[in-house]
Amino acid sequence: MSDAEGGGSGVSDEAGPTRRARRVRGSRRLAHDGEWRRVSPRYVGIEIAGSFVTGVVLAAISLFFVYVFGAWFGWWMLGVSLAIMLVLLVVAPRRARAIGFQLREDDLLFRRGIMFFRIVAVPYGRMQLIDVNRGPLGRALGLSDLKFVTAAAATGVVIPGLPEAEADELRDRLVALAESRRSGL
Amino acid sequence: MRRAVELLTDGEWHRLHWASPLLKGGIAFVAILAFVIGNLRERLVELVIGQTGGPTGPGGGGGEGSGDSGRTFGGDPITAIYETGQTGVAILIVIGVLLLAIAAFALAWRMHTFRIGEDAVEVRSGVLFRHNRQARLDRIQGIHITRPLLARLFGAARIELNVAGQDAKVELSYLGSSQVDELRREILRRASGVQRAEAAVSAEARGVVSGSAVSGSAVSTGEAGILNRRVNELLGPELDPAMAPPESVVKISPLRLLGSLVVSEFTVVLLLVIAALFVSTVVWHRYFLLFLLLPSVLGSLGYYVRRFSKSVRYSIAATPDGVRVGFGLFTTSNDTLPPGRIHAIEVTQPILWRPMGWWVIRINRAGHASGRGSSSAPHTLLLPVGRIADVEKVLALLLPGLASVETQGLVLAGLTARGGGAAGPGAAADSAGPGAAGPGAAADSAGPGAASVAASAFSSTPRRAQWLRPFSWRRTGFARSGDAVLLRTGFFWRRLTVLPLARLQSVRVSQGPVRRMLDLAELHFTTISGPVRAELGVIDRASALTAFTDVSEAAVEALRADVTHRWAV
Repeated sequence: MSDAEGGGSGVSDEAGPTRRARRVRGSRRLAHDGEWRRVSPRYVGIEIAGSFVTGVVLAAISLFFVYVFGAWFGWWMLGVSLAIMLVLLVVAPRRARAIGFQLREDDLLFRRGIMFFRIVAVPYGRMQLIDVNRGPLGRALGLSDLKFVTAAAATGVVIPGLPEAEADELRDRLVALAESRRSGL
Repeated sequence: MRRAVELLTDGEWHRLHWASPLLKGGIAFVAILAFVIGNLRERLVELVIGQTGGPTGPGGGGGEGSGDSGRTFGGDPITAIYETGQTGVAILIVIGVLLLAIAAFALAWRMHTFRIGEDAVEVRSGVLFRHNRQARLDRIQGIHITRPLLARLFGAARIELNVAGQDAKVELSYLGSSQVDELRREILRRASGVQRAEAAVSAEARGVVSGSAVSGSAVSTGEAGILNRRVNELLGPELDPAMAPPESVVKISPLRLLGSLVVSEFTVVLLLVIAALFVSTVVWHRYFLLFLLLPSVLGSLGYYVRRFSKSVRYSIAATPDGVRVGFGLFTTSNDTLPPGRIHAIEVTQPILWRPMGWWVIRINRAGHASGRGSSSAPHTLLLPVGRIADVEKVLALLLPGLASVETQGLVLAGLTARGGGAAGPGAAADSAGPGAAGPGAAADSAGPGAASVAASAFSSTPRRAQWLRPFSWRRTGFARSGDAVLLRTGFFWRRLTVLPLARLQSVRVSQGPVRRMLDLAELHFTTISGPVRAELGVIDRASALTAFTDVSEAAVEALRADVTHRWAV
């Protein structure tokens, strides 16, 4: 829980030593060493837009409750949804920074999330196909999403916010790596 | 017999069994026939006994054509035809339609051909819309042979070659019953790569022979022939098994099967529903619940019959080309799983089975049918019910790496024991009994068990995990054994999940806010979708990270060493 507020303050101060100190102190966090590659800084724009849309939709639902049903809790809901939006907006840069991946020798490592943190390891030989998607906003920012699909639906490795050239290059590289380590299902 | 197979696998196009249209459309044929006969019977009875509707009344038992209602045609086409005297025309029409149908079926049958080549099996079908499907033999995930009752009368059987993917299978229905067995053997032989190795060796031999040259053609062919035979003897898996069918390692008596079905959660729910029905109708005189639930209660009786008839006469045996499971009473089936086609294994014990010491084994396998009824779904129930000894035998079949003595101890610990090595005396949980009243207390008072030594191989979960898993935290743990990961979970529903590392799709470690506060984490092992889910809900954060690193490295290693797509090479 303390980490969520830490996320808020983390936006203002970027200084290395304090971050390091916090990591050592909050040792209950999952952490994995290695050189994590980050997604493009422009991806923050997509996160912000996403938070905004979430907030607007929640607010619209609350207003719907207020004006159509005249529900007493409608205004509370509106307040809560606006608060959620605010928190999401504040945390957005940190969420973007939390996404990372490593191309290790034989597998792809992917991490994501602040509050709900996860690390996934997928051997290259498990690749079935790779999707590169571009949404309207991503196109405007010149970003692509790269999806690494395995035979298991639950793997769910999606690297968002890669610059288009980098995404294409990464895709080709992953396909080549998978080809050299191919195996059965 | 040998000739029949060579005939089928010579790479030419072949047709299916002549009775296939009849067998495929069997139900429809029978239904139409029953409809016609059911109607004609009334007519015949009337014809024989006379025009008075009286005597046919009781005999008809509510038949639509009897008595006065027949005069108004009663919506029945046959009555109408009879009444208007157009019998001849009607018969002509019926015969015409029948002939057309037979012609159409015959044409469809003629156009439905298949061929089995060196690397692939190919099927062409359809008259107006042609359909062509080709499946690579080395991608086969299992071969399923079914002999429905009706087809058995005709000496026919259906063979299904499953490959991975939604509804991805090549179905040949129907072929001659004895042909099918031979065909499976030949297909598995080609898929295993034996033939390829053989060809390589014989080509080499030929090269050697032609290199030595001068000795004459008769000698060289003789030499190559001997070499070939040696290679066949060495590599040919179906030399003896061809003669003697493999022996099942597990026997399930029908009584035990019946018991396992009756003593289940399903029965408990059913009894509760019946009790509710009884109370509502007899005590409260409210009948809506009866109308609402009675059909499903009656339907659930069919569930028992279905489960029973699908699992009775169960057998499981090792063949050179994988594990073969057979089952079924009227419709017999058998399923062959080549090596390395099993993605996850789960051994569970529902709480009601604990007094009997029964377990059930399920697996994840590729090749999911897209919900066309349970009959076409891949068979994932590998042991309907069995004791621990049976479980060990089946596990050893499925994963030969688990057959050694120390891993057997591991399996035993995974099934019944609790607690890790240093986390106090692991109690043999069998002594805890089924006591649903106070299981927690019973578990604590149970004495130190014999399995505690073996249990030390399983990781222990810290006590703080009891906030999230109040009962099962001591059982939650994992272990590595050579080429597999074992996960142990569940207190009431004991569960041991075994994952072959070579089939692991990915590893994930995750942590939400609650687990962060408790310094815990979650560990997921993703495999192909199926009934088995492999995850540890609580695990110490540090050991989760160690396990994550460890398992992801081992999975890559196992993947590299894996050769099961050509298992005989």
